[in-house]
Amino acid sequence: MMEEMKSSVDLSSIERRPRFWHWLLMALAPAVLLIVSLFMGRYWVPPGQVLAILADRILSVFGGGLPQTWPDAAAISVINVRLPRAVAAAFIGAGLSASGAAFQGMFQNPLVDPFVLGVSAGASFGAALAIIWGLDSFGIQLISFACGLCAVAITYFLAHVLKTTPVLMLVLSGMVVSAFFQAMLSVIKYTVDADEKLPAITFWLMGSLSNVTFSDLLIAGVPYLAAMAGLFIVRWKLNVLSMGDMEAHALGVNSERYKLLIIICTTIITSVSVAFCGIIGWVGQVIPHFCRMIVGPDHKTLVPATMLVGAAYLLVIDNLCRLLSTNEIPMGILTAVVGAPIFAWLLRRTRGGWN
Amino acid sequence: MINIQNASFSYDGVNPVWQDVNIHIASGECFCLMGPNGCGKTTLFNCINGRLPLRTGHVLIDGKDVRDYSTNELAKVMGIVYQEHSAPFPYTSLEVVRMGRTPYLGLMGTPSRQDTEFAYHVMEELGIEHLAGKSYTQISGGERQLVLIARAVCQQPRIILFDEPTSHLDFKNQALVLETVRNLSRRGITIVMISHFPNHVWNIADSAAMMNYQGIVVHGSVKEVMTEENLTKTYGVGVKIYRTVRDGKEICFCAPDL
Repeated sequence: MMEEMKSSVDLSSIERRPRFWHWLLMALAPAVLLIVSLFMGRYWVPPGQVLAILADRILSVFGGGLPQTWPDAAAISVINVRLPRAVAAAFIGAGLSASGAAFQGMFQNPLVDPFVLGVSAGASFGAALAIIWGLDSFGIQLISFACGLCAVAITYFLAHVLKTTPVLMLVLSGMVVSAFFQAMLSVIKYTVDADEKLPAITFWLMGSLSNVTFSDLLIAGVPYLAAMAGLFIVRWKLNVLSMGDMEAHALGVNSERYKLLIIICTTIITSVSVAFCGIIGWVGQVIPHFCRMIVGPDHKTLVPATMLVGAAYLLVIDNLCRLLSTNEIPMGILTAVVGAPIFAWLLRRTRGGWN
Repeated sequence: MINIQNASFSYDGVNPVWQDVNIHIASGECFCLMGPNGCGKTTLFNCINGRLPLRTGHVLIDGKDVRDYSTNELAKVMGIVYQEHSAPFPYTSLEVVRMGRTPYLGLMGTPSRQDTEFAYHVMEELGIEHLAGKSYTQISGGERQLVLIARAVCQQPRIILFDEPTSHLDFKNQALVLETVRNLSRRGITIVMISHFPNHVWNIADSAAMMNYQGIVVHGSVKEVMTEENLTKTYGVGVKIYRTVRDGKEICFCAPDL
């Protein structure tokens, strides 16, 4: 049957597909911003030196190199500070945005964010715990990551009834688990030494990428990229899941299996993000909306679009954090300050109905 | 071919919703199930499509128990059209119809150009290609129902189940949906439809069954099933059947005897 038919009309006039230049722009933006980030910072390195340092590093891969015409501090600043930080910003932006798009599809609700299952509350509690135990930054990341996973696991099992996990149960369980971990966090904040530990906890929660190193990227990179690949692979099924469990069953999709897979992928992404740079709100919620306006609601194109735009967005935010004032601005503050007005603008533009 | 044998169902394991249900639906037949609200029609519907497990008995689809099919396998054999509902995102109607290709895509697949063209082709066949570019959330309820039917056809199934497809629709859209169902039946697709409107049975069905709170009242050909006595027994109100001949065709309809 499929072979016989002939296309009777040009479907390109009906299909709402992003044009080539849309993709080109979306793909170029994070790449260009990543490179631009290497030139910017409080410690002034002349652009010529930045280029020379980069060229030297690239050549050294092939056994070559350039004669050193720059101070050591410049090389450390560009290669060991700015580069890992920019890479982290790009991947966290991409991951949070794709997670948001996946959850909005899975929960059939354009208003949820990637933290809806309690991952941020769990990870914050874990970080606070690690800080009062006096662990180093790797310890804080590890405990925070583990508590983020735990919180989502509790949410999932609370919501699991009669071999199914209805999305309403997931949202409600997520609220319960978030509230509990937030209360535990308050207990810690209330009892902890107010001069030293409390500011450390508060500052950690506001989010920053300032301590990201290459070894961090290597440790977290593999599961993080695998989770992003997972979301990319199942992106078509998000369309089907967004129609509801009954419809998904009618279309031959085992929705429970895909829900679990999507929850695992987003939880890895969000736990790693929170463990590395605290709670960064208003990215996973705003970017998918913005992308839906550009490429339409089909998750086949929406998921890759959110990855590219999210990466670009967080690179811009991180550069602003570093450059706007002499003291670095916590990232969570800036994403809210920039994200909320953008969301308000989207809200006005779509007149409240996301349709 | 659908064979329901000695079926019973119970939500609590004690009180059966219905029992001793035996229904045979031949290949290519159009079958309608009627009954008052809450008598278990939708439960039976969900047992036929494999979402709910029977307590006793079997639902056999082409000789194989429906619970032995994988979800994906079943979706290639059976399409399901529920009552129209809105989507949270403004997909185009073509995108919604194209979702019918999902059972053929595998774990990682996304629909190809050919899938999209096939979806459009199905919309043309059903005469709704003008809806293709329109947002699924902004078309009327009747149009949405036709889009969902097109989506089921896009699965290339041998059987399509309908759960009260006309219940929220106005007069014209009821007629459009019924006509579409009849055309699908004429193409040889086996149809199982739950209906709230006894008159629709005369319009499209080959065979029918009536169900009330005690179980199946009657099952058989339209002539055997559609009698004043059966309708009265099923719905618990007096029902009169009116027959007339127009253009050499006998037309039947019923109305409650108030």
